[in-house]
Amino acid sequence: MHLLICGGTGCKASASDAIAEKLKTELEGNNLQNEVQVIMTGCFGFCEKGPIVKVLPDNTFYTQVKPEDASEIVKEHVIKGRKVERLLYVDPAKKATIEDSKHMGFYRKQMRIALRNCGFINPENIDEYIAREGYQALGKVLTEYTPQQTIDIIKKSGLRGRGGGGFPTGLKWEIASKNAADQKYVVCNADEGDPGAFMDRSILEGDPHSVIEAMAICGYCIGANKGLVYIRAEYPLAIKRLKIAIDQAREYGLLGNDIFGTGFNFDIELRYGAGAFVCGEETALIHSMEGLRGEPSNKPPFPAQSGYMGKPTNVNNVETFANVPAIILKGADWYSSIGTEKSKGTKVFALAGKINNVGLIEVPMGITLREVIFEIGGGIKNGKKFKAVQTGGPSGGCLTEKHLDTPIDFDNLIAAGSMMGSGGMIVMDEDDCMVSVAKFYLDFTVEESCGKCSPCRIGNKRLYELLERITKGDGTMEDLERLRNLSTVIKDTSLCGLGQTSPNPVLSTLDNFYHEYVAHVVDKKCPSGQCKSLMQYVIDPEACVGCTACARNCPVNAISGERKKPHEINPAICIKCGACIEKCKFDAISIK
Amino acid sequence: MTKVKSLADLKKMKESLQAKIDLREKGDAAENLIQIKVAMATCGIASGAKNVMEFLLEELEKRGINAVITQTGCMGYCYAEPTIEVKLPNADPVVFGYVDTKKADEIIEKYIKNGELVDGIIPVNYESIDNK
Repeated sequence: MHLLICGGTGCKASASDAIAEKLKTELEGNNLQNEVQVIMTGCFGFCEKGPIVKVLPDNTFYTQVKPEDASEIVKEHVIKGRKVERLLYVDPAKKATIEDSKHMGFYRKQMRIALRNCGFINPENIDEYIAREGYQALGKVLTEYTPQQTIDIIKKSGLRGRGGGGFPTGLKWEIASKNAADQKYVVCNADEGDPGAFMDRSILEGDPHSVIEAMAICGYCIGANKGLVYIRAEYPLAIKRLKIAIDQAREYGLLGNDIFGTGFNFDIELRYGAGAFVCGEETALIHSMEGLRGEPSNKPPFPAQSGYMGKPTNVNNVETFANVPAIILKGADWYSSIGTEKSKGTKVFALAGKINNVGLIEVPMGITLREVIFEIGGGIKNGKKFKAVQTGGPSGGCLTEKHLDTPIDFDNLIAAGSMMGSGGMIVMDEDDCMVSVAKFYLDFTVEESCGKCSPCRIGNKRLYELLERITKGDGTMEDLERLRNLSTVIKDTSLCGLGQTSPNPVLSTLDNFYHEYVAHVVDKKCPSGQCKSLMQYVIDPEACVGCTACARNCPVNAISGERKKPHEINPAICIKCGACIEKCKFDAISIK
Repeated sequence: MTKVKSLADLKKMKESLQAKIDLREKGDAAENLIQIKVAMATCGIASGAKNVMEFLLEELEKRGINAVITQTGCMGYCYAEPTIEVKLPNADPVVFGYVDTKKADEIIEKYIKNGELVDGIIPVNYESIDNK
């Protein structure tokens, strides 16, 4: 019997280490330590209900486990074979407990390629990776294929870059391989910066060897013997596991000189980023690694011609690499049979926002947003109404009800006014104000703009100020026109991807939620009741009994009135904190 | 410290490491394997179910039979403990009573290997609790 415990950052933060320790002690206390293994794995993806403990071979899926539950799991499940009912997952729609992961809606529609080992193996043990055919793809490539043959397999598979751009990976490798130089580099872009996205972190935490193996394969293809992982320093657990994995691979001779006795040399070093969003852009990333300011530069020259230290460099994202070993072992035809015509394979998405099953999922390309949000994601929290989903992070756009049945792939999302991005999906419900959402993303891009080119540095700031005015109720109809014009100019004239995409949230909300902007500007009302400046707290004189509870709790003394007589709120003083609504027992106070 | 010197080396390593995660792979494809449940409630354990479980685990591996062995609670046939439920792929589950290591050996050799029924099946109309 194996007890798998999630060791991803999310579950670790909820004491999964302590649970593992407690389980081990309990097992030892019952003299079962030889029969039952406790294994820390990577992320299971079901972060909403973490920490997760999965019992194998029966696939029992325990959610929100606490260290004090360890003894019950051992005494009941392990010793007596009775499942601990209260820890089983309860389907929010059917209100029924589900015993094993195979019957959970969350897992049923998923297809795991990049995440194949996450939540299955212990990421700190290379043996478990090898037992899952790890490093066989590298061995096969080095002994059976030429670099060009390998590139052809990747090209044929149809794999496209998972970091956001969607550039064909095989083609990228081919360009880098054709540029002759005395030294070339393979770079793994682990500078995941979209708010709410954590797929790269989870892969590095849950299956670091798959990325190492793929980087070596790429090195063989393009003729590089050196790999660099650019990872943000705020991912300490991913860094730790990656370091352990690199050391273990070196120890086994799977990194270093003369790998598999073929004379191929390859080694990997880590480079830490300080968490700047712009450094996810490949030229900025390379400059940052060189010790320069993290600013993008004009392309051409492309990194494949002149990248790190002026040498040909191939940059791929973590998730892209994680797909490579599976493609080599199972073949290009297998991979290209999954997905849509122009977007092959699967994509990992991070579900966040007002959705029941917050977490990490991997689905075949071509699945619809409806399936992702309502079947896998379990629908909207608290039974509210779906309003929009933001894909592609700050560079993407908001998609609405009418896009729910569009198959998800690179091209369809762009056609719908958003983009794939790195795969963040933030779900919004009827309570979210779309002007505020656009403002939130602009706030992020203003903060993260490197400042090198003026459209991005100054333009985004002006966009933000316009949005700020609208949410305060000072906007005009001309402002809406100005928003659109300025957005177009920023998109057309910015130097790098950051500025070229930063107005997307504004444009897509203008397109899909124009009426909300108009409501803010003309009626001076926020339909979702989010913009504080546009709200007014009013006491209904009919319902108010004059108990004075609101007046006593108002922090700014904005409420006046005699005992047992209706009270009034002075809007000039009111700070809209909501304290009075909470205290009123007669529902006499409302927001208008 | 062993170095992996060739692809053949790696494949050999994989074979020997396979057993470590075998149980997890099986959990993923349990429907297609022989599944054995050993009743391990107080009554079962008192009658020696733990020995039977260990015997099954060791012997099935030794004899190269791919099976998922789990424990379950009291099946209700306390008079006949230790009891085990055996489910061959595409067959209905069968419960055997009074299973000691000798009986377990017979079950492996006759029922699991050849599908021949052996004495000790209780009751004839048994249905696994999973189906109810």
